[in-house]
Amino acid sequence: MTPPESQQRPALGAWLALLGRELRLALRHPADSLAAVMFFVLVAALFPFGVGPEPQALARLAPGALLAAALLAALLPLDRLFGADAEDGTLDQLLLSGLGPSAVAAAKALGHWLTTGLPLMLATPIACAMLNLATEAWGVAVAVLGLAAGFLSLLGTAGAALTLGARRGGVLLPLLVLPLAIPAVIFGAAGIEAAAAGLEARPYLLLLGALLVAALPLAPLAAGAALRGE
Amino acid sequence: MLQAQDLACLRSERLVFAELSFSVGAGEAVLLVGANGAGKSTLLRVLAGLLPPLEGTLLWNGAEALADRAAHARRLRYIGHGDALKPALTAAENLDFYARLWGGAVAPALAALGLAELAELPARVLSSGQKRRLALARLALAPCPIWLLDEPTVGLDAASVDRLGVLLAQHRAAGGLVLAATHLPLPLPGARELRL
Repeated sequence: MTPPESQQRPALGAWLALLGRELRLALRHPADSLAAVMFFVLVAALFPFGVGPEPQALARLAPGALLAAALLAALLPLDRLFGADAEDGTLDQLLLSGLGPSAVAAAKALGHWLTTGLPLMLATPIACAMLNLATEAWGVAVAVLGLAAGFLSLLGTAGAALTLGARRGGVLLPLLVLPLAIPAVIFGAAGIEAAAAGLEARPYLLLLGALLVAALPLAPLAAGAALRGE
Repeated sequence: MLQAQDLACLRSERLVFAELSFSVGAGEAVLLVGANGAGKSTLLRVLAGLLPPLEGTLLWNGAEALADRAAHARRLRYIGHGDALKPALTAAENLDFYARLWGGAVAPALAALGLAELAELPARVLSSGQKRRLALARLALAPCPIWLLDEPTVGLDAASVDRLGVLLAQHRAAGGLVLAATHLPLPLPGARELRL
């Protein structure tokens, strides 16, 4: 006779426990989320200094600048996404949680979006004002940055899992992830530009949404495979 | 019954062990002994399913154990070198996460390791021995057939080793099996030694 194996607990409950823990840890260390938002706003603030006070030139640059600044800011917390858990042994316990490595990665990706992407969305109007973006386009800019940050959270989770344990993981991660984020920059900037010109931005938002939907199953699977092989 | 047949494992292109076969039955305990680097921790990670073996098979009650890794994970507890604690969370919050994964109640598990008074303290302020006890409290959450312990008593005082001894005895009396890597004496009466 042996003790019972842990029953198959409701997987959703365990998954939500993991997500809840990610959020609770982020709340206890608000500096990490704050650093990404500050970085985003500061990069947006640098453009007027570099480009000069010409409002038209600034507004022309705004869509691309917003996306570049937001994606770079969202990259900041990624190299610790699995690193901290790998160092203190938590990652082993998560891989033994019975959830499956892809589910662990999916929780990490959503946690990253909620603690980085969402605050970046909230800070977008500030950056829009600094870049002299037409106010009609602010709503679209917020939506675009939310979607693009979600796409980057997914790509970044796969990248963070792949570079885990690499000696220069922090350098490798942007090199791996940013080229893959180019489609999001193209569609996102085009959408904001269209909205600023008074045109329909919906098709671009749908294209961004399609990128997100494609990455939604693929990135956690890739990240899960990388975590398992580690 | 956990059976290993001809296990071999490669670490950084070095063969750590090969042709390793043993079996551990209900209520039995096995101490993994050997010099530093002999592969004790590696073997425990292989048995946990965290590291794929280069060769060999692992059987649980006669069936391939690693075929369904999630099912294998549910039948074991692994205490590794790291305590897997988050400094920003309190002792109770740290343990509560595992209780939500595996079931069991937090307060009795903390009490089993003498941590009841420290429940509301952040793990950041715990001493290294207290952190180790908090990691070990995971064993007391819910019953589970296989315990894999990597140097479980590092940094523990004598009273805490005794508390772990009580847990180990209860686990074995209920038919659980234990594999532990250690350099220190462990309260595992009648344990066999497996030299690596």
